[in-house]
Amino acid sequence: AGGPGCVVCYWLLGDTQEKEGILPERAEEAKLKAKYPSLGQKPGGSDFLMKRLQKGQKYFDSGDYNMAKAKMKNKQLPSAGPDKNLVTGDHIPTPQDLPQRKSSLVTSKLAGGQVE
Amino acid sequence: MAGAGGGGCPAGANDLQWCFSQVKGAIDEDVAEADIISTVEFNYSGDLLATGDKGGRVVIFQREQENKSRPHSRGEYNVYSTFQSHEPEFDYLKSLEIEEKINKIRWLPQQNAAQFLLSTNDKTIKLWKISERDKRAEGYNLKDEDGRLRDPFRITALRVPILKPMDLMVEASPRRIFANAHTYHINSISVNSDHETYLSADDLRINLWHLEITDRSFNIVDMKPANMEELTEVITAAEFHPHQCNVFVHSSSKGTTRLCDMRSSALCDTHSKFFEEPEDPSSRSFFSEIISSISDVKFSHSGRYMMTRDYLSVKVWDLNMESRPVETHQVHEYLRSKLCSLYENDCIFDKFECCWSGSDSAIMTGSYNNFFRMFDRNTRRDVTLEASRENSKPRASLKPRKVCTGAKRKRDEISVDSLDFSKKILHTAWHPAGNVIAVAATNNLYIFQDKVN
Repeated sequence: AGGPGCVVCYWLLGDTQEKEGILPERAEEAKLKAKYPSLGQKPGGSDFLMKRLQKGQKYFDSGDYNMAKAKMKNKQLPSAGPDKNLVTGDHIPTPQDLPQRKSSLVTSKLAGGQVE
Repeated sequence: MAGAGGGGCPAGANDLQWCFSQVKGAIDEDVAEADIISTVEFNYSGDLLATGDKGGRVVIFQREQENKSRPHSRGEYNVYSTFQSHEPEFDYLKSLEIEEKINKIRWLPQQNAAQFLLSTNDKTIKLWKISERDKRAEGYNLKDEDGRLRDPFRITALRVPILKPMDLMVEASPRRIFANAHTYHINSISVNSDHETYLSADDLRINLWHLEITDRSFNIVDMKPANMEELTEVITAAEFHPHQCNVFVHSSSKGTTRLCDMRSSALCDTHSKFFEEPEDPSSRSFFSEIISSISDVKFSHSGRYMMTRDYLSVKVWDLNMESRPVETHQVHEYLRSKLCSLYENDCIFDKFECCWSGSDSAIMTGSYNNFFRMFDRNTRRDVTLEASRENSKPRASLKPRKVCTGAKRKRDEISVDSLDFSKKILHTAWHPAGNVIAVAATNNLYIFQDKVN
């Protein structure tokens, strides 16, 4: 600890509501919990791991979509949340959620042009 | 951090004066996703430098021979070969796209005239052969020079085709395709010192392959819990020991590293060594586990040490001591008071790599704002440098950079709040024998050399 560019932290015994006394990490944690009160009680763990394992663009599947629609009947299909790529629960990609088409493959720019 | 390298003593990272050498890639403000470099790797001699990108392409640069007639092209790297290694695929069963992004490239040691490398995306590993052709045969009997078949009945005399020189052509061809062995996403590949086998690791499993056999691999680590609800930890990186062909390490999202010995059992779920730094329970926060996640693990060239990179630091471990690292280097400790916003913009999950210099005397890793950090293990000095086109005059020295955290900002310093978090240096590589480094800054590849060279 100490030295240029390093945050030096002091523990204050007693009143932990004093923001100056809290480790910078705890202050950041308090900030986060203030913004997102419903954030999981357990420290960053399983949620991230599951999200990581599921990484990948899920595409529209007409079979899934129509079966889900039939099941739901009058109710609305659960639409994509803020994070369109996260597949959770009954979320089924809908035509509205479709991602942009990828551009065609071309030669890398690292291999072309004069540069330097 | 200027200073001449000492006469007979080995120069540390900070006795060197790092200078700009080259930059590759487009200058566009608008970077296409496919152009983002995702891996950089020198081959064993350092004469070849390979890059992989999100578009599934591999570009290989070759170092020019030192040339008396062109003294200024002092070991410059120029394009040698480029090819499309992986293409986007689709998993029809799960309606999921398989990205073509090249996660890792690893070279094989050279055994004949051709060069071989392994490149992998999330699911498939490929062995590529890169070979040169500088001769071509002329004077065939059965076909014309333009390839048209000759009428065999019109041939009255036979001739022996002769080999004539032609312009150098470098060809890349996929020699092996190792597919369908990973349920989860491959994060690492590592060639064994036996030069016959290699490992591939995904989030939960590690497999052992033979380079000649594509339809079979052996599972050597399985971290998948019986019930996925109990999942607490994933594998983040894995590497074979540089000399002991029975030893490998794998790191986890919980900040621990396990060393395994393949002689002990076929399935190495139980480790031989367990490296973890004890944590002070009173300092635990919501972020503790996330920032302790190891994004890269690398053995030293000597095989005596290994280095782990977590979000804020790089740690050097002596393989003989599991209880704590022998060195801890802070990369960007000033980010500790920014964790909330780094969590919100997902930067806290960025996976930085790290690398050793050829002699193991120095280590390097990237940071934000196109900064990268170098630590000299002998002199205990560290430096922050920047990969930027503003400092790209040939052989221009790089000026050390400084980030300030307080209110008082000195003239050349940059404040934490002004850092550009979209400019991340995740991938860097150090020439195995000399002082040349390659730094990937989004879609540009920077090459720096030292003045002494």
